[in-house]
Amino acid sequence: MKGMEIETRSINREALAKWISLWRSEGKRILAPKKIGDQVDFASVASLDEVSLEQVQTVQSPKMAIFPRVEELFSFHSADGRVELRDRNLEALPETVVFGLRPCDAAAVAALKAIFTWDSPDSLFSARLARTTIVGVACSRADADCFCTSVGGSPGGVEGSDILLTAMGQGDYLAEIVTARGREMLQSAGALFGNAANTDKESRLAKVQAVFDPAAVASALSRLFDDAAFWEEQSRRCIGCGACAYVCPTCACFDIQDEGGISGKRLRCWDSCGFGLFTLHTSGHNPRPLQSQRWRQRLMHKFAYMPERQQVLGCVGCGRCSRACPVDMNILEHLQAAAEAKP
Amino acid sequence: MKALQDKARELLATKAVQVVIGYGRGRRGEARALFIREAAGVRDLIFDETCRQNLAVYLMKPEVRKLGKAALVASPAVLRTILQLAAENQVPENGLLALAVPASGDEVVALASFAALEAHVAALDNDLSAGEKAELQKFAAMDLDERQRFWQEQFSRCLKCYACRAACPLCYCTRCTVECNQPQWIPVPAHDLGNLEWNVMRAMHLAGRCVNCGDCSRACPAGIPLYLLNQKLISDVFAGFGSRSGMAAAGDNAMSTFKPNDPEDFIK
Repeated sequence: MKGMEIETRSINREALAKWISLWRSEGKRILAPKKIGDQVDFASVASLDEVSLEQVQTVQSPKMAIFPRVEELFSFHSADGRVELRDRNLEALPETVVFGLRPCDAAAVAALKAIFTWDSPDSLFSARLARTTIVGVACSRADADCFCTSVGGSPGGVEGSDILLTAMGQGDYLAEIVTARGREMLQSAGALFGNAANTDKESRLAKVQAVFDPAAVASALSRLFDDAAFWEEQSRRCIGCGACAYVCPTCACFDIQDEGGISGKRLRCWDSCGFGLFTLHTSGHNPRPLQSQRWRQRLMHKFAYMPERQQVLGCVGCGRCSRACPVDMNILEHLQAAAEAKP
Repeated sequence: MKALQDKARELLATKAVQVVIGYGRGRRGEARALFIREAAGVRDLIFDETCRQNLAVYLMKPEVRKLGKAALVASPAVLRTILQLAAENQVPENGLLALAVPASGDEVVALASFAALEAHVAALDNDLSAGEKAELQKFAAMDLDERQRFWQEQFSRCLKCYACRAACPLCYCTRCTVECNQPQWIPVPAHDLGNLEWNVMRAMHLAGRCVNCGDCSRACPAGIPLYLLNQKLISDVFAGFGSRSGMAAAGDNAMSTFKPNDPEDFIK
């Protein structure tokens, strides 16, 4: 997609509602932020009325569109002493539009893709991604937990979105058509879009100050690896739950479970490196027996190992982990502490 | 606040304890756990209505245990937790100091012995609040289908991140039932059956043990009102057995005590 010029158009709220209805009539699954109880999370919606765009962020990330919390990898069937394996029918996976996700979440797709296509490409993940269109909405507000600009993103960043909308006031949106898939989306809906009279989106965007340099953080983390006292101090109040990993748009650790007896299915389920069981060996040995070591792993993986191995950061600065943490662990604060720690 | 800080300073200066576990103000203004080891650090101690985490959860954490004897800033729920842990042989007598702080936060009572803890807790109102009882009444008025639909919808959002378990000071098993897989009693995947079984199992394992601190619900990133299950069981255990958890440092748990002369015969 590099080198392709971004086309700019405009769409108003009324036309946007029609556009979403059009996706629906085409049989697409639409995932968008929706108010559920007291919080806003991604859920299947049928119309714009169901979509909430006021919040800074949803509690959970939209990663479930391409990496569901539970998914069948294949099924196995035993009969007459023979075992038959049946792959998933990838053609049956739903065409999906993820609408209303923030630029940080769109950027997170690159991190997930780097993991799932690293050595041997994951066919299920790739098939889901190939059926997913991303229509992001830029951030007009941010909060103290947002730090996209410290990890290479921005409140109006187009990376990862097929189309990015920016609210320009009076119910008008600037639509940036970023990818070929985005252009395709417009083919059946071009009449809903107008020419963009005003393309100056900067003034509409949230201001997020960059507060650290990820390269400096990566080298500080590597330097601190063996400093057990530092990690214990940093993680003392961490209770080792998986909330941070489960709400994270880039955390991709999973567990494999078989269900059924001699016939059944193999499932992939979300997991977390914060759990003690995650690294427990069958022998009983655990290379990360302490929470402080597991907390270190969480930061190292995102800010040191992924940039080194996959040339992509494992964090997009969405701030969800800090907001969801029941004991107020704040990732930004811990990264800054690492960067400032005396060698 | 001053009384609490003065007491903490004295305890650290005289080396009566090695660490004071209390609350401080975090980056966003929220209360967070603090582990204070130097007398000078006590100026960061706060206590107000934002200090809700049940700090007793840290009594089981190896990185905290290794710091030495602890004084724990304790709301009524924390005091009940300590007694419940004592009844389950998880904390030794005089092994820690509870700093009981009334809601006003301007006085502090240091409680070391189980007898002192029991006497202090006995004088508190440990019943469910009127609001909590009213909410349970609303559920009691629902028919079975309605209640089932409510919980199915709630549990459908469970991610199995186990934040409820990690936040709970009484979920201290080093190996939880969900992590035993020979046989696999509770399905691991966060699908409907796995979520139902996990949440029912969690609630039932806490029946007659839960002290109603509310940390499971506060920890849940899916916003599931887990406290409703716990409060229903607290209410049922009290109605059926006349007992309330966290009142005494010794005694049997209503739901996990086998007696040969049990009047029910299904268990024999």
